[in-house]
Amino acid sequence: MAALNLAGLIAAAADMIAAHAEELTALDQAIGDGDHGLNMKRGFEAVRAEAEAFSAKPLPEALKAIGTKLVMTVGGASGPLFGTLFLAIGKEISPHPDRASLTAAFGKAIEAVAARGKSQVGQKTMLDVLQPVHDALARGKTAAEIADIADAAAKATVPMKALRGRASFLGDRSIGHMDAGARSTALLVRTVGQAIGESA
Amino acid sequence: MSNVGIVIVSHSPLVAEGTADMVRQMVGDEVPLAWCGGNGHGGLGTNVEAIMSAIDKAWSEAGVAILVDLGGAETNSEMAVEMIGEPRAQKIIVCNAPIVEGAVMAATEASGGASLREVVATAHELSPS
Repeated sequence: MAALNLAGLIAAAADMIAAHAEELTALDQAIGDGDHGLNMKRGFEAVRAEAEAFSAKPLPEALKAIGTKLVMTVGGASGPLFGTLFLAIGKEISPHPDRASLTAAFGKAIEAVAARGKSQVGQKTMLDVLQPVHDALARGKTAAEIADIADAAAKATVPMKALRGRASFLGDRSIGHMDAGARSTALLVRTVGQAIGESA
Repeated sequence: MSNVGIVIVSHSPLVAEGTADMVRQMVGDEVPLAWCGGNGHGGLGTNVEAIMSAIDKAWSEAGVAILVDLGGAETNSEMAVEMIGEPRAQKIIVCNAPIVEGAVMAATEASGGASLREVVATAHELSPS
C-alpha cells in the first residue's frame, strides 16, 4: 500500500457519518435509545477537528489517538466500542501495514470489541459486520467487494434478535430492524476501503 | 480517608445524584463518594471523561467500587478504569448490583473500614443472578 492520506480519510469518514446521521438515529430510535447518529457525528467531528495533528503521527499512534478521542466524545456505549476498535487496531498494526498486517490487527481489534461489549457474532451488533469484513480481508477481496459484503452484513442484522445493548430489552420486538451500530460500521468500512483503494 | 470509595454512574444525572443523596443520608460522610450521569450534552447517557473524574474525586488507596445502572454505564465505566491505567486500575471494581441498593449497601460496608473485596461482595449479594 502507498502512504495513506490519513487526514483525507478522516474527513471522508466524518463526511460519511454526517451524511447518514439522521438515518443512523432513525435506526436507533426503532430499537435503541435514538442517539446513535448524533453521537457518532459528534465523535467524528471531534476527530476531524484534530485531523492534522493525528495525521502527523505514525499510523499506530494516530489510530490510538483517534480511538481515545472517540471514547471521550461519542458517548453512550458506542464510544467505548468504536474507540476500542481504533485503539486495538493501533496497538497491533505496523507503521506501514501491508494487507497481512491490517488483517491481523483487524482480527485482534474484533476480539477487543467483543470483550469490551461482552458480545459475540450473531447478537445483532457491530460485530456482525466486523467479522465478515475480516474474513473478506483474509480472503483477498477488493475494497469494493468488502464494502458490499459489509453492507450485506449490516442488512443481515435485520432479522436477528438483539441480545446485547439497549435493543436487547425489546426481545423479539428487536427483530425486523437493522442494528444502527452495524450500519455505521458498514459506512466506515466503505469509506476506509475507498481511501485504501485509492492509495493501493 | 482510608475507607473504600463509592462512585455512582447512571444514565440520568437525577438518578445518580438522588442515589448519592441516599447514601449520604443513610451512611454519612465516612466514605469518599462521587456520582456522574448524563451524556454531558444535557441528555441521558454516560461518558468516560465524567466517570474518570468521579473516580478521581472518590479515590481512596483502599480502592473504589463503581455502581452502574444499564449496559452503557458498565461499558463506559470499564473503559474509564482501563484509561486510568495501572496501578490504580487494580483497585477499582465495577459492581454487578442494582445501583441504589448496591450503592447504599456497599457504602455501609465501606464505612466500617471493609476491604474493596468485601465491599464488592456485599454489593454482589444483591445481584439477582
